Amino acid sequence: MIEKLFKFHGGVHPPEHKAESAATPIRPVPMPARLVLPLRQHIGNVAKVKVAVGDHVLKGQQLAAPEGMISAAVHAPTSGTVVAIDEQLIPHVSGLPDLCITLQADGEDRWIEREPLDYEDMEKTAVIEALRQAGVVGLGGATFPTHVKLRADPRHPVKTLILNGAECEPFITCDDRLMRERADEIIRGLQIMAYLLDAECCLVGIEDNKPEAAQAMRTACARSAVPVEVVLVPTLYPGGGAKQLIKVLTGWEVPSGKLPSEIGVQCFNVATAYAVHRFIDHGEPVISRIVTVTGKVARPGNFEVPLGMAIETLVQAAGGAAPDIDGFIMGGPMMGFKLPSPRVPVVKATNCIIAASPDLFPPQPLPMPCIRCARCADVCPANLQPQELYWFAKSQNFEKARDYHLFDCIECGCCSYVCPSHIPLVQYYRYAKSEIIALDRAKQAANLARERNQLRLARIEREKQERQARHAQKAMGAKTDTAADEAKKAIIAAAIERAKAQKAAVTPQNTDHLPPEAQAEIARIEARRSQAMEQQKE
Amino acid sequence: MVSALLVMVGLGLVLGALLGYASIKFRVEGDPLVDKIDAILPQTQCGQCGYPGCRPYAAAIAKGEADINQCPPGGEAGVRALADLLGVEPKPLNTAHGVPKPKSVAVIDENLCIGCTLCIQACPVDAILGAAKQMHTVIASECTGCELCVAPCPVDCITMVPIPETVSNWKWRYPVFEIKAVS
Amino acid sequence: MMAMASPYLSEQTSVSMIMRKVLLALVPGIAAYVWVYGSGILVSLLLASVTALVSEAVMLKLRGRPLRPFLLDGSALVTAWLLALALPPIAPWWLVVVGTLFAIVVAKQLYGGLGYNPFNPAMVGYAVLLISFPVAMTQWPAPLELAQAKLSLLDQLRYIFGRVLPSGLTVDAISSATPLDTLKTQLKLHHGMADIMAAPMFGTLGTKGGEIVAGAYLLGGVYLLWQRIITWHVPVAFLGMLALLASGCHLIDADRYAGPLFHLFSGAAMLCAFFIATDPVSGPTTPKGKLIFGAGIGILTWVIRTWGGYPDGVAFAVLLMNICVPLIDAYTQPRVFGHEK
Repeated sequence: MIEKLFKFHGGVHPPEHKAESAATPIRPVPMPARLVLPLRQHIGNVAKVKVAVGDHVLKGQQLAAPEGMISAAVHAPTSGTVVAIDEQLIPHVSGLPDLCITLQADGEDRWIEREPLDYEDMEKTAVIEALRQAGVVGLGGATFPTHVKLRADPRHPVKTLILNGAECEPFITCDDRLMRERADEIIRGLQIMAYLLDAECCLVGIEDNKPEAAQAMRTACARSAVPVEVVLVPTLYPGGGAKQLIKVLTGWEVPSGKLPSEIGVQCFNVATAYAVHRFIDHGEPVISRIVTVTGKVARPGNFEVPLGMAIETLVQAAGGAAPDIDGFIMGGPMMGFKLPSPRVPVVKATNCIIAASPDLFPPQPLPMPCIRCARCADVCPANLQPQELYWFAKSQNFEKARDYHLFDCIECGCCSYVCPSHIPLVQYYRYAKSEIIALDRAKQAANLARERNQLRLARIEREKQERQARHAQKAMGAKTDTAADEAKKAIIAAAIERAKAQKAAVTPQNTDHLPPEAQAEIARIEARRSQAMEQQKE
Repeated sequence: MVSALLVMVGLGLVLGALLGYASIKFRVEGDPLVDKIDAILPQTQCGQCGYPGCRPYAAAIAKGEADINQCPPGGEAGVRALADLLGVEPKPLNTAHGVPKPKSVAVIDENLCIGCTLCIQACPVDAILGAAKQMHTVIASECTGCELCVAPCPVDCITMVPIPETVSNWKWRYPVFEIKAVS
Repeated sequence: MMAMASPYLSEQTSVSMIMRKVLLALVPGIAAYVWVYGSGILVSLLLASVTALVSEAVMLKLRGRPLRPFLLDGSALVTAWLLALALPPIAPWWLVVVGTLFAIVVAKQLYGGLGYNPFNPAMVGYAVLLISFPVAMTQWPAPLELAQAKLSLLDQLRYIFGRVLPSGLTVDAISSATPLDTLKTQLKLHHGMADIMAAPMFGTLGTKGGEIVAGAYLLGGVYLLWQRIITWHVPVAFLGMLALLASGCHLIDADRYAGPLFHLFSGAAMLCAFFIATDPVSGPTTPKGKLIFGAGIGILTWVIRTWGGYPDGVAFAVLLMNICVPLIDAYTQPRVFGHEK
């Protein structure tokens, strides 16, 4: 029984904007004709493609397998044909394309064979492996592969299992609705997780702005045999951060650079528990998720969306966006990012889509100089000194930034939120972090190169000595003949000739073996081009 | 007078013995300055500085024979780091040794490669695989982008390809604001 | 254009809003000032404000910075008002102008403008004036109820701009030594504390009239605390330390050392506690650092008042502690989440 809650440093109370989307039940969406499934929907190694273009696949069939331990599989959200495996725009803050599988739905929505997993009669490692193949990742937005966190580690036994239903970011209500409507299923997932981890204590942390969800979860707990305690935590952003929630519920701080499991705690999102239940009890891998669609849309609410559905199609299902929007934000307004295009697909990390407009998110005035008011330090949940980090990041003094614990920053945005000078502080930290990571990588590469260079020099030295030894030996015997050398040179020269000929031969490659009409077309184009060039010259 | 002399001589002897002991006890193997300079150099081993590799260049800097601004792959940041280490003023890169380029890797056109092994011999970090008369290929992750393999290739089948920006190596940009005209 | 990256939400706040609230918090103090000393202070405030804005504009222009955002942020006005309130209200016009110019041009803009000044600009201006023009700086008017002669606003203007007094009046008739000054001189003459304090210029808490103004500053300070413009650390540490030292020594020898209330309610102690020492730019940022900073000002103020060469030590105390700020900040970094201390 939790008797006392703890506090973390700082935090802010941004306007919640949850009422707009929390009122209506989760709605289904019609299966789109085309689905785009990025292979990188999780943290870790990119999944390895298992299908080829033209393959017909069934709903729930694995399209890409996990590569290594920290990776997750990708499955077909409906039955259909693989029409492309290529680079497409993905919902990533960089706005860069990445490898995706495109699926053309056949409209039949035919499932693979689904079987519940008799997990209690299986080896736990086999259950973990099954979850790895099911593509279950943290659905709160972090998308860390769940099976990795569910491996019981004898060095760090997990005593406390925490379900995170805090949902502290403004606008987002997908966990709220899920807890209200599917509390029994979530608790069932929690039960499976607790079994796998041998956890002694199960807690569900819910912010006190979601009384209905807490009530539903309490009722579900009472119905199930699992001893779970549902705890209302004060509404304070970023109280839903894993480290912050652990602190509030247990008073323990996850040591910097360590994992929660190292202090005997493991924390999962409620939607992840639901996904575990769907897979174990129904044999369904992760092929859909609940997404909040809100902001300037006609009918905001929550939707059960197949992964791979285009954001713009999803927004249509919510009644379409207002004409004055200037983009879509994925995630919440505090930590989310603006999508590079409305055509990018819904992925496992997509918990919320906000149709953003200038009146919802007013433009930021130009930043003023920092006046060291330290409001940022007052609200920082990591108890950092954001104003100092800002100086170091701005002046590219990365070593100093690291000394001041830049990497303990969780990028929650509280500092930027309160800054009276409107300095985009988090931007500076992200910049400094990615520069430091790149510098570290370059350093590693340089060390590798140095090592390889030294090995090479040592090898050359060794060979030289061996050669000298041989020469000394030969000097005793016959003189070496230069004929062999000459022959070698001739062979190289001949090879060069061949290569030149080959180069000349292979240049027009792609226009060979074309039908006569195409050849004629090419001739016409060439004629036009030379004509154009002539004209240009004149 | 005599006692003062004796005190001074005695002090000298004691301190001398201490110094001598310290030099044996705390002896540093190798030249630590060369190691420190070498740690800053990018290890491209390209030889653009005029020395046959990063370590020889580091040794030359330590001896005062080479300037700190002869390493184009290290860029201005490298010059600054060297200046910081050596306690001298940073100076602009000496463009006589080349200009910084985007990081690239060598790619062998495998259709054209004749398997002459000349590039393998040129590669300072053994990042090219292949054998005589067999097609060669570059291990991209080990390639430092030094371009030393480009010139020896008798059939010009090696090109330097800049590393593209992808989702995995993408970096956040420095925050820049649109400048409004001064009213 | 919305923000480049998250967070897309931000609190409705700005530098100019903070500065406006500081100015608003000074209003009760100014009102009390006018009531006690007459309306001459309004002339000083106006002079300082105009000088500050004009010099700030010229400096911004010279430095190629945008004018609008920096003139409208209100920081120059805060500096001007604080300096004007620290100067004698019948000070000659050029004293106010020179002080403000030095504060804005040298102490603020030459260091890089808003956010970059290591020293409190108003206190730099004050210290420069105190060292350069000691006589003009100590000519304080007596509170109206004690003054031998009351000057009308017109007479005050004449005096401020032309040093012309109505016929028959001498400077001594309108000005008097400040209580802190008197205390210092009288103590040197080996008069007892009780005798000195019996003079009419000493009031119930601190000094006659001055204590009312100090009380009004305290009121403004409470407003700033309520609005979360400042935190409690610096005022509490400063006033607490000043009171602690004063009461300690007062208990030991009440005849030589003034009591805590006198120290708190005389001179610029209250103005400093809530408006000057709390300047974020030149102060420390960590909570522990703020306590050290405030306590340091308290100690220095008391030491200068008691043994130093100047009657009030607030300006020098603040400037001396400003020097220590980077060191204080570096050594008072709070424990970061997930780290051992």
